[in-house]
Amino acid sequence: MDTNNMHPVMKWVEHRLPVFSFLDHSLGTQYPTPKNLNYWWNFGSLAGLVLVIMIISGIVLAMHYTPHVDHAFNSVERIMRDVNYGWLIRYIHMNGGSMFFIVVYIHMFRGLYFGSYQAPRELLWIIGVFILLAMMATAFMGYVLPWGQMSFWGATVITNLFSAIPLVGDSIVTLLWGGFSVDNPTLNRFFALHFLMPFVIVGLVVIHIWALHVHGSSNPTGIDVKSEQDTIGFHPYFTTKDLFGMGIFLIFFMFFVFYAPNFFGEPDNYIPADPLVTPAHIVPEWYFLPFYAILRAFTPDYIVYAWTPLAWIMEAKLAGVLAMFASILLLLFMPWLDGSKVRSCSFRPIMAMAFWLFFLNCLVLGYIGGKPAEGIFVTIGQFSTFYYFAHLLVIVPLVSRLERPKPVPDSINASVLKAAE
Amino acid sequence: MKMNMIKTAVAALALVGAVTTAVPAFAAGEAAKPPKQTWSFSGLFGTYDRAAAQRGFQVYKEVCASCHGMSLLSYRHLADLGFSEDEVKAIAASYEIEDGPDADGEMFERSGIPADRFVSPFPNKNAAAASNNGKFPPDLTLMTKARVGGADYVYGLLVGYEDAPSGVEVPDGGSYNKYFPGQIIAMAPPLVDEAVEYTDGTKPTMAQHAKDVTTFMAWAAEPEMEERKRMGIKVLLFLLVLSGLLYAVKRKVWENVH
Repeated sequence: MDTNNMHPVMKWVEHRLPVFSFLDHSLGTQYPTPKNLNYWWNFGSLAGLVLVIMIISGIVLAMHYTPHVDHAFNSVERIMRDVNYGWLIRYIHMNGGSMFFIVVYIHMFRGLYFGSYQAPRELLWIIGVFILLAMMATAFMGYVLPWGQMSFWGATVITNLFSAIPLVGDSIVTLLWGGFSVDNPTLNRFFALHFLMPFVIVGLVVIHIWALHVHGSSNPTGIDVKSEQDTIGFHPYFTTKDLFGMGIFLIFFMFFVFYAPNFFGEPDNYIPADPLVTPAHIVPEWYFLPFYAILRAFTPDYIVYAWTPLAWIMEAKLAGVLAMFASILLLLFMPWLDGSKVRSCSFRPIMAMAFWLFFLNCLVLGYIGGKPAEGIFVTIGQFSTFYYFAHLLVIVPLVSRLERPKPVPDSINASVLKAAE
Repeated sequence: MKMNMIKTAVAALALVGAVTTAVPAFAAGEAAKPPKQTWSFSGLFGTYDRAAAQRGFQVYKEVCASCHGMSLLSYRHLADLGFSEDEVKAIAASYEIEDGPDADGEMFERSGIPADRFVSPFPNKNAAAASNNGKFPPDLTLMTKARVGGADYVYGLLVGYEDAPSGVEVPDGGSYNKYFPGQIIAMAPPLVDEAVEYTDGTKPTMAQHAKDVTTFMAWAAEPEMEERKRMGIKVLLFLLVLSGLLYAVKRKVWENVH
C-alpha cells in the first residue's frame, strides 16, 4: 500500500499495526475478484450482515430477558410492551433468524450449482457446512427461550432424539436437560449456550473468509482466474454491489418485521409453556422442516429401512436420527462426491437438471415436514428422503463422472466480452 | 447465461413462494375455518377503532373478566384506547388489590392505581380450573396472536355456538362450537344480545359485542401495532430511496467494466 499519501496519523498507525493495508487486501482495491460474479454472489455478505444484526439485537434482548421458567415468557412480553422499542428489537431478532437461514440456504445452493466447493475450495465449503450446523444449534436453543408451548415441546422432542443412541442415549438426554425433563436447568443452559454460540459462529466465519481469500471467490463460469484482465478490485466494485444488495435485502427483511412479524412463527408459542398440555401438532421452525421430514420418514415399515440391513442393526427411530444428521454431514463430502473437471453447472446440463430436481425435492421435504405424519404425506416424505440421499450418493457421483461438459470459455474475460456482444 | 439467470430467478421466486404459502398451512386444525371479517386494524394502514375497543373493554370487564384474566395489561395501558387520565384512574380505583407486606409484615387491601396489572378473577390456575369444571379459562391478553386465524378465529368462536348435529354427544358442562378444535368447548356461550348496555348508542347485538371485544383483544395482544406500521412506512420508504441511490452508485462505478 502506498503510505506516502496517507494522513500522518494513519501513517503512524500503519507503521505499527498495518490495519489499513490489511483492510485493503481484505476488501479493498488490493483484493482481486472475478469480474463476472452475478447477484447470487451477494448472499455471503448478506449472511455476514444478518449475523451482525442478530448479535447486536440479541445482546440488547439479553439485557431484558429472564432465563427462568416462571419469568421467561412474561419477560419476553415485558420486552414487547414496556421496554422502549423492545417490540422492534425482538421482532428484528425473531425474523432475523428466518432471514439468516433464507440467505444461507441460497448461499449454499449457489455453491452447489456453480461447483464452488470444488478444489481448491474444499475446506472453505466444509467450514461453511460447520457454520450451518452451528447456526442450527443456535437457532434451536434460541427458539426455546421465550418458553412458549412450541419452545417447550420442540425442545422436548428434539432433545429426546438423543435417547435413540444405544447405551449412552438416556445419559446424554439427562445431561442436556440438566435433570429428568425439560425444565429450568435446561432453559438456563440453553440461554448460556445461545449467548455463546454466535461468537463461535463469528470465529468460524473468520476462518471461512480466511480460506476464501486464499484462492478468492469462484465465479459463474467456474474457470480459474488466469490473468489480471479477469479480475477487478473488491473495492469499489463489489463494495458498491454488495451495499446495493443489502438495501434490497433489508426491504425484504423489514417488510416482515413491520408488517408480518409473526409470519414465520407458530401461534402456539404465544401460549405459555405447559408440561401437562401437548400441542396437537409439534412442528419445528420452518428452516428445520426438511430435516424433520427425513427424521420422520424412518418408520418401521419404510422400505429403505425394513428391506435393508439397517433393520437388523438398529431401531427405526435411531435410523431416522442418523439419517437426519447424515443429510447435513454428507454435504461435507460434496467436493469428492462430485468428480467433474468442470465446476459450473452452466456447462453441465444434466447436472444442472439434477440440481434443480434436488432443489425442488428439498422444498417438498420442507412442505412434508410441516404436515402431520399421516396418509399420503408419509409416502411422499419417504420417497423424497430416498431421493435426497440418492442425489448425493448416486446421481452426483455418476453424472459428474459420466457427463461430458460443454466447452468452457477460454477465460473469465473472454466470457464477459462474449456476453456483452 | 441469460437463460440460466432467468431460470435461477424463477426458482428463487418459487422458493420464496413455497416458504410463504407453506408456513400458514402447517397448523390447520380439523375445525371449520372461521370466515374472514373486516377489521379496522388489518392491512398496511389499519388502526384500532377506538370506540369499538372501548366498548370491547366494557364487554371484557362485564362478561369475560368473571372467568378470564388479562394479566399482561396494566390499567395505564388503557390510555392508548382514548381513556383520559382521570377515567383510567377511576377504572383502576374500582378494583381492590392485595398489596404488602407492610412494615408489620401484614398483607393489606388497597384500591387500584393505573400502574397495577389487570386483576385476575382467580388467585391461581388451579383455583380457576376448580371453579370451571376442571378447565382453566386461558388468559386473554395474547389470544388473537396465540390462535391460528387470529382475530377471525376469536370472533368466529364467540358467535360460532350452535346446536350439536345429531349423533354428536355433548358432555355435561360442554357446548358445541363449530370453530373450536374438537368442537366441544368447556366455555358456555358467553355472549347474548344486550349482554352489555352500551352508552354510545351502538346497537347491542351479540355480533356487535363479539366484534368489539375481539377488537379490544387484538389491541391487548399487539398494543405496538399502530406505532409499528407507522414506523414501517418510514423505514421502507427510506430503504427504497437508499437502494435506488446505491443502485445508481453501483451503475456508475461499474460503467467501464468490460
